[in-house]
Amino acid sequence: MYDGGKIITGLIIFFMLLLFPIWYQLGKATGVPDPQLTQKAKEAERCVETKSYMKTQHMKMLDQWRSEVVRNAERYYVSGEGKTYYKSLQVTCMECHSNKTKFCDQCHDYIGITPFCWDCHIEPEENT
Amino acid sequence: MGIDRRSFIKIAGLSAIFGLGGKAAFELLAPGDVDASLKDIPLTQANTWGMVVDTNKMTDEIMVACKSACHKEHNVPEWGDSRLEVKWIWTDTYEHTFPNQGHNYLDEQFAEKHFLVLCNHCDFPPCCRVCPTKATWKREDGIVMMDQHRCIGCRFCMAACPFGARSFNWGDPQKAPIELNPQFPTNPDYPTRTKGVVEKCNFCAERIARGLIPACVEAANAVEEDSLVFGDLDDHGSKVRGLLRSNYAIRRKAELGTGPNIYYIV
Repeated sequence: MYDGGKIITGLIIFFMLLLFPIWYQLGKATGVPDPQLTQKAKEAERCVETKSYMKTQHMKMLDQWRSEVVRNAERYYVSGEGKTYYKSLQVTCMECHSNKTKFCDQCHDYIGITPFCWDCHIEPEENT
Repeated sequence: MGIDRRSFIKIAGLSAIFGLGGKAAFELLAPGDVDASLKDIPLTQANTWGMVVDTNKMTDEIMVACKSACHKEHNVPEWGDSRLEVKWIWTDTYEHTFPNQGHNYLDEQFAEKHFLVLCNHCDFPPCCRVCPTKATWKREDGIVMMDQHRCIGCRFCMAACPFGARSFNWGDPQKAPIELNPQFPTNPDYPTRTKGVVEKCNFCAERIARGLIPACVEAANAVEEDSLVFGDLDDHGSKVRGLLRSNYAIRRKAELGTGPNIYYIV
């Protein structure tokens, strides 16, 4: 093999770079997300809709709310229970879930998404 | 054996009658249910929201109060640079406010006066015609609304607006100089905008929905009663219409045919 030393060194460097992300993260696996409820959220017992619905559909609901509020000026949401809510991420959602880093970010960070809601909508001030 | 032509037409006719009747009943009942459930919520509605500025009662002090109230309400930052400036409501000279109304013998008290200017919420808004994404449109109640989620920042609307009512976010408002905006964001219940979108006055659509009057009107009336009045221009009995009946009022650049809805009593 011509230039064997150079090729092997090159290959080693190549694989080191290729596998660097895995090697760098080795043993540092982040724990499963653990979203915390605030005292207020615990007392309310039920979110706008049921827990399972909110878990899987909150992004669709927020997307729908945003279109309805901004484009159709429909600002009130009547839940399945018959309760009326003001459709607002910043006012209604964050009133209970005022612990963004311990609630929203837990799962969002884990699955590596950065919702652009927070580019404009103001994050609540957290005490901790 | 099949059915003959006569009975087929009979059945089809009857089905059509039941079908139409059922749909009508549903359409008649369903909105009623929704209306009833929202009865206890203060919704203010109008056909054409408009504003009357009484320039005789307006003072510099009131105009400053209006601007500050609006910009606080909507988290509009101060950039300290006119090229980056974002404004929803501001003041301008007579020459700029009413460019076609000047003449050689105009008295100093008018020529040097400043006027409160904002988005005119035109009847035929040129900004909405040019928007390629429908991020800005005319609402049924007359408000020229802006959907920041959909704005792509092309600035066609800024070029189209003859009143300069629109501002572009050259930078992220949340990163505006802290020494000029010590308590930014000033209203935690309202979002800021992001870098690269256009913004303007929304006639306080979010306040109207809660039964409140626009922030500038509230601030102006706290200083001088009726210096700035907001109301439904289609309602004969509204205060704005009353003022327009008893006073002579002009509009900005009405000759352009955009149909501004801000009236100035002079």
